[in-house]
Amino acid sequence: MVQAIDNKTALSEKIYVETQNFPIPEFTLENGETLYEVNIAYETYGNLNASRSNAILILHAFSGDAHAAFYHQGDTRPGWWDRMIGPGKAFDTDRYFIICSNVLGGCAGSTGPSSINPRTGKRYALEFPQITIKDMVNAQKLLIDHLGIDKLYSIAGGSMGGMQALQWLVSYPERVRSAIPIATTARHSPQQIAFNEVGRQAIMADPNWNYGNYYDGEIPRAGLAVARMIGHITYMSEKSMAEKFGRRTKAEEGKPRFHPDFEVENYLRSRGDNFVRRFDANSYLYISKAMDLFDVSEGRPLSEKFYGLQAKLLVLSYKSDWLYPAHQSLEIVSACKIAGVPVTYVDIEAHYGHDSFLVETEIQSQLVKNFLARVGD
Amino acid sequence: MEIPLVEPATERIDYRIILRLVEPKSRVLDMGCGDGELLYLLNKKLQTRSQGIEIDHDQIMKCVERGIHVLLGDLDSGLTDFQENSFDYVILNNALQELRYPDDVIKDALRVGKRLIVGFPNFAYIKARLQFFFLGKTPITPSLPFAWYESPNLHLLTIRDFKEYCAKRGFRILSEHYIRNNREIRLFPNLLAQWGIFMITR
Repeated sequence: MVQAIDNKTALSEKIYVETQNFPIPEFTLENGETLYEVNIAYETYGNLNASRSNAILILHAFSGDAHAAFYHQGDTRPGWWDRMIGPGKAFDTDRYFIICSNVLGGCAGSTGPSSINPRTGKRYALEFPQITIKDMVNAQKLLIDHLGIDKLYSIAGGSMGGMQALQWLVSYPERVRSAIPIATTARHSPQQIAFNEVGRQAIMADPNWNYGNYYDGEIPRAGLAVARMIGHITYMSEKSMAEKFGRRTKAEEGKPRFHPDFEVENYLRSRGDNFVRRFDANSYLYISKAMDLFDVSEGRPLSEKFYGLQAKLLVLSYKSDWLYPAHQSLEIVSACKIAGVPVTYVDIEAHYGHDSFLVETEIQSQLVKNFLARVGD
Repeated sequence: MEIPLVEPATERIDYRIILRLVEPKSRVLDMGCGDGELLYLLNKKLQTRSQGIEIDHDQIMKCVERGIHVLLGDLDSGLTDFQENSFDYVILNNALQELRYPDDVIKDALRVGKRLIVGFPNFAYIKARLQFFFLGKTPITPSLPFAWYESPNLHLLTIRDFKEYCAKRGFRILSEHYIRNNREIRLFPNLLAQWGIFMITR
């Protein structure tokens, strides 16, 4: 009886985690430049087994961070992929050792443009070099080395996380047993670059941006918020917006002209405001540019990079995702077909748009869980 | 939650025949692989390196549960991008009659695969003939169980039709198997077989 009550309490109890730091004294970038005293923030969940063979690296999307699951002390909301990671979930922390790190160039613990440049004692701002997806992956690889993991059981991520997964397959194919690129692409289309550019222009048009030197004064709040609002529109679908907001209005007396009439306007503004509090505008510029510059096969057919690949692949796209449409995932699938790499591909029925991989995770969970269970077969 | 797995044994006579036709450790593509049972059996018993194509989402979920590599796709276009001789065997079991362009798919299957194993219901099976002749109705038999208004079948064919087709296209028949009531038969297949299973090559 007492045992039963204890179990119940244990189930409802929040599990708390902490971000850890991995210092890299000297890190050479793809473009030849060197960064000194680099830090990579990361979190781990679950336990590494004795043979060090159950590690899965989770790769976050554009505005994500190392905090993928569970709670930080004092937080009301869990990590960004808590639906997918935890005991009994798709990335089952009872079976796997889950690692997630903040990308190089980020602003949630890892070295980025808002970090102090050890050589000047001042924040990098635009002195920060243009990092790439490959640089992010190279930093992750050092972390995996540091954790003593020779071969990852899997790597998984959506959107920019999927790009990193593809880069892993190309850069370190012998270090991964399987990969799950979700709602992603081997390279950005002009449309995707265009949306990112509008976001960057919004930031740079804000006078507070001041060519990146705003760390001692007002931050480019308005510009960064607008960038985030544009992003959010592209992450949703017409249908999910219609369902969520309709044309519902917030009638309020005595408000100034062009105050938000519609709920969708309020939503976007609040999303923008929240984002400004946690994200650095310069990181926005650097990371979005890294995504635009990304081309995993460097202008060559992707299949050339996949010949001889031993890793098993699960490629997922979402029917309502118009930002990273299914044909971009199918290009990855085609490369597998040409290169003779066995692959599983599903275009998942979900209507939330690009963000489906974060919020509408039921089918995705089932597929990932079953796929992972058979990676060792 | 443990994922239930089927034993590597099967009641299905068509699967048993196909298991006999495929050589161990070969590369296999199953077009319309359904719930993945056949590929699972092939992988377990013959250590094949396999790939499935399937259009139905629920079936795909079952394939993934079984550890089968499966692509969501329709069969009329599913072979695109596969290179010549990517597979030792392409399997087209109980799907030929549902294709929109069977001729194109067979030709393409024999491009990506060295051999094609094709199984289909025989429209000239005696019970079908009798129903058609005496009742004047579209036949419904164990191998052709659908009423005309709900049938997925687009191109019904007979065993003789298929042999003529192979002769016309110059495809070589490597082996032929006939099934009636879940048993293999040999005599008068075009009259007595409910199913035919052929292995053909270029």
